[in-house]
Amino acid sequence: MNPRAIFLVFLFSFTAGLVVASFAGFKEFIPGLLRGAVITIELTAMAYLLALVTAFLAGLGKLSKVRPIRWASITYIEIFRGTSALVQLFWIFFVLPEFGLTLTPMQAGVLALGLNVGAYGAEVVRGAIQAVPKGQYEAATALNMSRWEMMRRIILPQAIVAMIPQWGNLFIELLKTTSLVSAITLTDLTFAAYQLNQTAVRTMEIFGLAMIMYYFISQVSRIGAGSLERHLSQGLGRGRA
Amino acid sequence: MNWDWEFTLNEVLPRLLKVVPITIEATLLGFTIAASLGLLLAVGRMSKNPWISRPLTEIIEFIRGTPILVQIFFMFFLLPEVGIVLPAFTTGVIALGLHYSTYCSEVYRSGLQSVPKGQWEAAIALNLSPYRTFTGIIIPQAIPPVVPALGNYLIGMFKETPLLSFIAVVELMMEAKLIGSEWFQYREPVTMVGVFFLALSLIAAFGVRRVEHWLNTRRA
Repeated sequence: MNPRAIFLVFLFSFTAGLVVASFAGFKEFIPGLLRGAVITIELTAMAYLLALVTAFLAGLGKLSKVRPIRWASITYIEIFRGTSALVQLFWIFFVLPEFGLTLTPMQAGVLALGLNVGAYGAEVVRGAIQAVPKGQYEAATALNMSRWEMMRRIILPQAIVAMIPQWGNLFIELLKTTSLVSAITLTDLTFAAYQLNQTAVRTMEIFGLAMIMYYFISQVSRIGAGSLERHLSQGLGRGRA
Repeated sequence: MNWDWEFTLNEVLPRLLKVVPITIEATLLGFTIAASLGLLLAVGRMSKNPWISRPLTEIIEFIRGTPILVQIFFMFFLLPEVGIVLPAFTTGVIALGLHYSTYCSEVYRSGLQSVPKGQWEAAIALNLSPYRTFTGIIIPQAIPPVVPALGNYLIGMFKETPLLSFIAVVELMMEAKLIGSEWFQYREPVTMVGVFFLALSLIAAFGVRRVEHWLNTRRA
């Protein structure tokens, strides 16, 4: 330990102590915020699964040789990338019932956010598949593989490893976008903070804590994506050793 | 159940068209903040002094890792508490600009890092001050390649402006909500807002592609 590091540690603990001392009341807000955080995590996890499925369908669909499939995929991607997530959420929650499909706030949130992130993910999937070197396709053809077999055994295993960092970023984007569900009466972390602040009016502590919780979740997922990438890229002979 | 064209044409469209300038104004003002502050952050982050670069890196990471809506609420409620009373529109634009400045700073950073090392060395050899090195040598080379990436964030920010409706700024989304609650009909206004955004962002995406093309041909 050099003196500077020790000094930094001291400075950090001093500031942290000062913060804790000046905002000692923040503990009472933690349970309410944690309840919101659970909703946020549930929503993120379910929407992420939906996004993975739609992204692979639309990403592969955009590369399809069948024209209607390709057009359907492009339409889906452009509509969901071209409009605001909030508008989509609102539309699914308030307008879909008029067409006869009524969803609970949670279902609407999962559907809107999943489809939104899925559209961005579709471009990630497409990019990663197209980035697989051409020689791999040619080798698979030379080995007389069917198109499906080539995708499953040669192309996708390489493409999936290549797209993990971007899927990690999309996870964080999704986590942040879940804050919009406040608009459809779902008490997620953001709305929990908003409600607490309506009565307590302690913006610094409440929203500060909410941000720290969001930041914590996003950092955990970043670390997770990094180790997943290292784990999966073993044996592929590329990426970081 | 049927789509009400009369309502759409006589009520929804005129009222939405009237607030389009507010959405565009918020986007342009916010992006001006984001683009200029982002450059400062990027340059500051490259500083050799760890007392400048470290905290900046952490602040950028933190702002990027938390939702913009929370930041909007945070500023909207905190600023009046500390005695700064701003209109909701201004607060929202500042929050948007601040959030996107961190994204822009990453874009600038990639541009700055792609400037060949020899350019820095030449600037040192010519005994230029750091300020002249940046403004005269580095930035003119670093910015043009990253303009398309910045343009994509401009479109991204445009699509985030509906968040201002959370703090009651009357932009497109808020106006649609107002129309919906006045007439008990959400289908037409909300759908039309979607159409507006789709149209405007497709036009903007086309514009960014044109600028990109223009920059590429100019450099070649």
